[in-house]
Amino acid sequence: MISRRQFLKIAGISAACGIGMAATSSFIKAGASRSDDTRDRLIAKRWGMFIDTRKIDENDRERIINACHSIHNVPNFDNPRHAVKWIWTEEFIRAFPEQRGEFIAEKLIQKPILVLCNNCSNPPCVRVCPTQATFKRERDGLVLMDFHRCFGCRYCMAGCPYGARSFNFWDPKPYIEEINPEFPTRMMGVVEKCSFCYQRIDRGIIPACVEVSNGAMVVGDLSDPGSEIRILLREHITIRRRPELGTEPNVFYKI
Amino acid sequence: MLEKALSGGRGYWALVISLLVISGIGVIAYLYQLEVGLGVTGLCRDVTWGLYIGQFTFLVGVAASAVMLVIPYYLHDYKKFGKIIILGKFLAVACVIMCMLFIFVDMGQPWRILNLFLYISPHSPMFWDATVLAGYLSLNIVTGWVVLQSDKKGVKAPSWVMPLIYISIPWAISIHTVTAFLFAGLPGRDLWMSALLAAHFLASAFAVGPSLLILLALGIRKFTKFNPGKEAIAVLGKIVTYTMSIYLFFWGLKLFTWLFSQKPGYLHVFQFLFVGIGEYNAIVPIVWAAVVMAVTSVVLLMIAALRKNEKILALACILVFVSLWIEKGFVFVVGGLAITPFKTIIEYWPTLPEIVITIGVWAIGFLILTILYKIAVSVREEEIA
Repeated sequence: MISRRQFLKIAGISAACGIGMAATSSFIKAGASRSDDTRDRLIAKRWGMFIDTRKIDENDRERIINACHSIHNVPNFDNPRHAVKWIWTEEFIRAFPEQRGEFIAEKLIQKPILVLCNNCSNPPCVRVCPTQATFKRERDGLVLMDFHRCFGCRYCMAGCPYGARSFNFWDPKPYIEEINPEFPTRMMGVVEKCSFCYQRIDRGIIPACVEVSNGAMVVGDLSDPGSEIRILLREHITIRRRPELGTEPNVFYKI
Repeated sequence: MLEKALSGGRGYWALVISLLVISGIGVIAYLYQLEVGLGVTGLCRDVTWGLYIGQFTFLVGVAASAVMLVIPYYLHDYKKFGKIIILGKFLAVACVIMCMLFIFVDMGQPWRILNLFLYISPHSPMFWDATVLAGYLSLNIVTGWVVLQSDKKGVKAPSWVMPLIYISIPWAISIHTVTAFLFAGLPGRDLWMSALLAAHFLASAFAVGPSLLILLALGIRKFTKFNPGKEAIAVLGKIVTYTMSIYLFFWGLKLFTWLFSQKPGYLHVFQFLFVGIGEYNAIVPIVWAAVVMAVTSVVLLMIAALRKNEKILALACILVFVSLWIEKGFVFVVGGLAITPFKTIIEYWPTLPEIVITIGVWAIGFLILTILYKIAVSVREEEIA
């Protein structure tokens, strides 16, 4: 975990390097008001997510994606090749490519699946990052990013087998519809991804996507056998994306 | 010795000035990319590495190949390489500098490059790659310079430089091994994740580096008074024959695993590179061009009567260089990423600014090489006089 002191140091160094003064100061403010506040935060040793794809329809998907992208200042670049995505939909057969086959049900092939960072317990992105700008928070296993330390080598993007990481190919600010001052905007040339709403979890609020999912998405502590998510995982047959790669993804899908 | 770079004929200055001009154009294109963003390149959220990282991978190999001169001379006492070792070392210097520049121009926030050393991350192959490259650069500058200076004075090289020369041998192997580790340890990238990768990289490096050295040596013989020696060039030709054959053999090993195992990930890679997947087949003719050039070069090299003809040797070296440039400088990096985690295909082609920046970095590298070679050749010319 990064302490507030370390956080300020990193932010300070970045600022000294002459990078994104405005963004830095808003980040310091955000950090100062709540980073070590343990009174209200949601506690888990290993966060996981359960997604019931049967309970999610077209409208839900749009609402969920908007909820996430609007609060996290996700830019909407014109060129889809440069798209920044924190949570988005992929056809079933793309989200789970190993399930391809001649006899798979047609309705399943194109079924839209919400995909996001899997917050892996054994994340290749953290392993490859040469600056620890992407790191695993020890206390709850969240895979997080320090946007002010990332120097944009994009090694994590080659390392992530889920396509969950995006790069700011342009200055993102002009492409953000309405800036949410509560969350930092990014500068050009850094990588970003879903943060599992750590900033909400640390204030005792569940992630934004889960909040607007009408119960189709559930987060909880995978290390606690009595948690709601563990009960769901016992009751339902779920699959994870590409578990054979050993990344230990923590997002579970009921298809 | 530096003063030798400041006096030269018209040809030398014409070369220096043209390289300066091309570098300058590259710098301007880079400033544009720096201002506007990497969006000006053909890279995208799936193919996040392209021409720049391809050049980096290719040039690490050329840099490592200096060891193909150092081993015969220092470990096997093959005296004929004595005069040209400096060409290998200075080529390594120029190549490592190009490698560093290609990493730099590929970065989204290049001014934060010191974060690499502020937040040392031993779990990242990239940290190790930066470390071994920096070490290799220093080793080659120091050993190259000191030995050349001793030659100039007509004395024996100081004894303290010998351990550095011996260290530079495994160090050269390490730079390309670690560069292979950048790729070979990523789960989910079927083209890259191969235990053979470092060995394959080294084989191709030890083919392309000596090929380039042969071409450079032939050029030096033609345009200067320094003759690198017919026998030295012929032995380099033999080295290329062996390493290029090993390189193709390793390809055979890979193809066997891919095709016999019938594992979908491997078949996908094979199809993408050699056959094309549906409408995505633009890379296929490029791959086959590289295959044809590689095979032709090995045939030309293996037939001793042909290889001994220096014109044919030069042709074979050009084929080796172009073929391996296509493979490592473009196809390897792009092919590894074009098949996305969703098993869709995303094609990538470099844009004009990207190509201009790439040529610019090459020009900077050749400028450094020209200056270093000018110094080395002047020393050799003095020896003759």
